[in-house]
Amino acid sequence: MEVIDLAWWKLGLAALLILALAGTGYLARLGITRSLLIAALRTVIQLALIGLVLEALFASSAFYWIALLALVMLLVAGREVVARQGRRLRGWWAFSIGTGAMFVSSFTVTILALTVVIGPEPWYAPQYAIPLLGMMLGNTMTGVSLSLDRLNDSVWRQRAVIENRLMLGQTWQQALEDIRRDAMRSGMMPSINAMAAAGIVSLPGMMTGQILAGSPPAVAVKYQILVMLIITVGTGFGAVMAVYWGGRRLFDERERLRLDRLVKP
Amino acid sequence: MLENLSVGTLSNVSLRIPGGQVVCLSGPSGSGKSRLLRAVADLEPHGGRVALGDTAQLDVPAHQWRRRVVMVPADSQWWFDEVGGHFPADARAGLPSALGFPPGVMEWSVSRLSSGERQRLALWRALVLEPEVLLLDEPTANLDNDSTEAIETWLLDEIRRRQIAVLWVAHDPAQIHRVADAHYRIHGTSLERVNGSD
Repeated sequence: MEVIDLAWWKLGLAALLILALAGTGYLARLGITRSLLIAALRTVIQLALIGLVLEALFASSAFYWIALLALVMLLVAGREVVARQGRRLRGWWAFSIGTGAMFVSSFTVTILALTVVIGPEPWYAPQYAIPLLGMMLGNTMTGVSLSLDRLNDSVWRQRAVIENRLMLGQTWQQALEDIRRDAMRSGMMPSINAMAAAGIVSLPGMMTGQILAGSPPAVAVKYQILVMLIITVGTGFGAVMAVYWGGRRLFDERERLRLDRLVKP
Repeated sequence: MLENLSVGTLSNVSLRIPGGQVVCLSGPSGSGKSRLLRAVADLEPHGGRVALGDTAQLDVPAHQWRRRVVMVPADSQWWFDEVGGHFPADARAGLPSALGFPPGVMEWSVSRLSSGERQRLALWRALVLEPEVLLLDEPTANLDNDSTEAIETWLLDEIRRRQIAVLWVAHDPAQIHRVADAHYRIHGTSLERVNGSD
């Protein structure tokens, strides 16, 4: 089965529909016109650029170019994690903890999936490595930023409780127990919900794309199951590390709560 | 016990509290009474040296120090739904009658406690840890006169019996007169011993 290529002018038809929506929003004063148009434009430009990058990358298949792209993706995700937190740790800590947690979990799980489960030749073949890492990073980023945001916010709100627990001789881990559990839950919730609704409420985008591209549904489904499982694993371990490191940083070496290490939103 | 301690605006505070004795601390609000207690409990960065017998504060992990030097804050916090969750299992039964609670208070929901009741339970919560030092921040602020004196009597009794060294922040001169073995007032950046306290 051959994939039907889309001509650029046909995308123009879809863009016309966006213009129609923007026009409706403008006439009805819904206040979405500006952000809608900017976001649509960004989508077109960003995706067109990454298309060019991927074309070049697939042509060369050199390891260092793939590593470079992976590094750029990681750094951008790290910046996004910082931006999504209301209260965050002062200085480089917010960036380092978020990026470190994403690096360890997404890269480990992606490499494991590539070498052990899928096994392309070579293992870093960009056709597999880049989309897989992209999906991992995108979801881990959401999990890590949600859990860190929840952690910092709850610690800020419940500082009196935490200090009272410390006064009674509890360790910082014990004093943070409930908050850590909450933070983990908010980080994991999107992945768990996505797994629960997959195939019934929603057809996941990757599987849909693969089917559109001509894969037999049975193969697409297997890839989708693999991706959802490793995404959840990556998100979970990423959140565990972020919450542990973030929590540790909120206390000093004498187990004192140090809210001065958080900056106001 | 305290040697050249400095925290916030206070500096060079030196103080020794023998076991079983109460040292009262008074001073205008904002003068750093609570911060001094927090420094002794090692909840706030501070200078100087604090020791308990031969053990210096920095010799033991912070949570072990706070297990022996327990602070009861002015507004105690309760994080479980039920009162009993905050106490170790064997302490739930032996609630002293002097605190004035009916049996079954351990099953109460925390939200139904008044501020005075919380304060009294917080004192018991600290005592069951069998601390060697108690740091009390206005422990009777939300109590009426009758129960204040009942709590004082009970506390002093426990303090003498268990030989606990106590640093007690108080406002009321009458209370200080009743409970203190020694009385210090915060004057600017230093502590001043008030004479006439026996």
